[in-house]
Amino acid sequence: MTGGDPVAAVLDAVFRAEWGRVVAAVIGAVGDWDLAEDAAQEAFAAALPAWRRDGVPDIPRAWLITTARNRAVDRVRRARVGAVKLRGLAGEAVTDLDVDLDSLDSGLTDERLRLLYTCCHPALSVESRVTLALRTLCGLSTAEIARTFLVPEATMAKRLVRTRRKIALAGIPYRVPPAHLLPERTTAVLHVIYLMFHEGYAATAGPDLIRGDLCDRAVDLARLVAELMSDHPEAAGLHALLLLLDARRAARVDPGGVPVPLEDQDRDRWDAARIGAGLATVRHALRREQIGPYQLQALIAACHATAPTAADTDWARIARLYDRLLVLVPSSTVRLNRAVAIAMRDGPQAGLDLLAAAGDHPLRPAVHADLLRRAGRAGEAATHYRVAVGAARNDAERAFLTRRLDECAEADGAPAGPVPPAAGPDGLGGLGGLGGLGG
Amino acid sequence: MRYLLLISADEVTAQERKVAGAYDRFTEWMADLERRGVLELHAGLHPSPTATTVRVRDEEVLLTDGPFVEGREQVGEFALINCRDLDEAIEIAAGHPATAIGQVEIRPVRDA
Repeated sequence: MTGGDPVAAVLDAVFRAEWGRVVAAVIGAVGDWDLAEDAAQEAFAAALPAWRRDGVPDIPRAWLITTARNRAVDRVRRARVGAVKLRGLAGEAVTDLDVDLDSLDSGLTDERLRLLYTCCHPALSVESRVTLALRTLCGLSTAEIARTFLVPEATMAKRLVRTRRKIALAGIPYRVPPAHLLPERTTAVLHVIYLMFHEGYAATAGPDLIRGDLCDRAVDLARLVAELMSDHPEAAGLHALLLLLDARRAARVDPGGVPVPLEDQDRDRWDAARIGAGLATVRHALRREQIGPYQLQALIAACHATAPTAADTDWARIARLYDRLLVLVPSSTVRLNRAVAIAMRDGPQAGLDLLAAAGDHPLRPAVHADLLRRAGRAGEAATHYRVAVGAARNDAERAFLTRRLDECAEADGAPAGPVPPAAGPDGLGGLGGLGGLGG
Repeated sequence: MRYLLLISADEVTAQERKVAGAYDRFTEWMADLERRGVLELHAGLHPSPTATTVRVRDEEVLLTDGPFVEGREQVGEFALINCRDLDEAIEIAAGHPATAIGQVEIRPVRDA
């Protein structure tokens, strides 16, 4: 809440954009995550009165980093004096704290990257990685993260404490990993960003389909990693994918919050700038000729983004891209999406045939129901929609599936015949070509 | 950083693999540790049926014949290393032949 206060508005924007950099810079200087966060928080708190009094500094970030660093360093100095006294009493040798107090103003970019790689270390659980990245890099409060994952705030606070403690006690290095570890670790980083976006794109619980704030943070992080890892085509691929998917945001739900299927979306409401940026980014990534899952998914999303109408969608190309993706990622999600693409190319029965071999997946009942509906088998479709409604991940999806269920149940009583092509919703069963992740 | 590596596997399988020569890489692993200069202590253990577990309850010493956790997977070896960070410890652990059939748990050791 900025309440029309221009300084508060600036600070709000700076917080969103720079929190991660400030924390990263202070961790880099003092090596203590808790201290760095406390100091960053104090600096942001001190900024409001100071900037109101003296005006907003030319480079707000530099002001914040300097202030936060000074506070952190003060505390380290005080702690050091205390420690020296204690050790003196105990008759132990006094060793200097291994802290370079002045190595701060260079390599900020690298600091953020170090922070990201450390947050995403594979020795941490995937949950912990996502949580820590949101807290430390994106500046979400513990309460906000707790709401996102629908756990009590105390639980989330404990998880954060546990994660930071593990980083410190287990000796997880604060660095960008060396070359021989980099490909594997970068994959872990991209995965965390992807999960963050996916949670925002199709929330796993709660009232809304889309959590725009999470999508924004994930797109920001993806851009950052793509910039910093400019020779890693999958980083650019992920950034492109997220831009292309996020471009549809405004069209993905109706005013009542119910999901709108991809083929029914008003394409004029897609974000043309994001689509343009996404297409340029994927083109750039492909130049390195090292295709990977994110680039393939970005290409699939690009097929949708460039089709002037749903009827113009090049399903043959999308099906081929899923063939390639399946080789790299033989998961049930990819099988499910591929079945849908092939159904759109060759007819619903072709998809139903593939579905049998697709394996278990939370979205399978919804996809199964949709293919039956398209095949004009409304009665069977209704049966599967009933299962799908029970498995829906959020209220918005549930509302959509219930509407479909009602339509099919009604059609079942009416004369049978093929249903005109409408679609499964974007975000349900991947009929939107949602990058092999069903969301 | 000091780490204790607890090397465990299915004892029967491990014995079979040992006989079949799957542990030949163990010599290489030890040589690597020497080369890195990280090894403080290493020991292999006799099989878990030789274990004795001690508890004291109400001042009475209670003994159990066997390990404190029953099961086929048992610690058969441990190593205390002093290396740079968790990444190096993971690299070292991953080089142990037991990881192919069992696992290595890396536990950071508390400062004295």
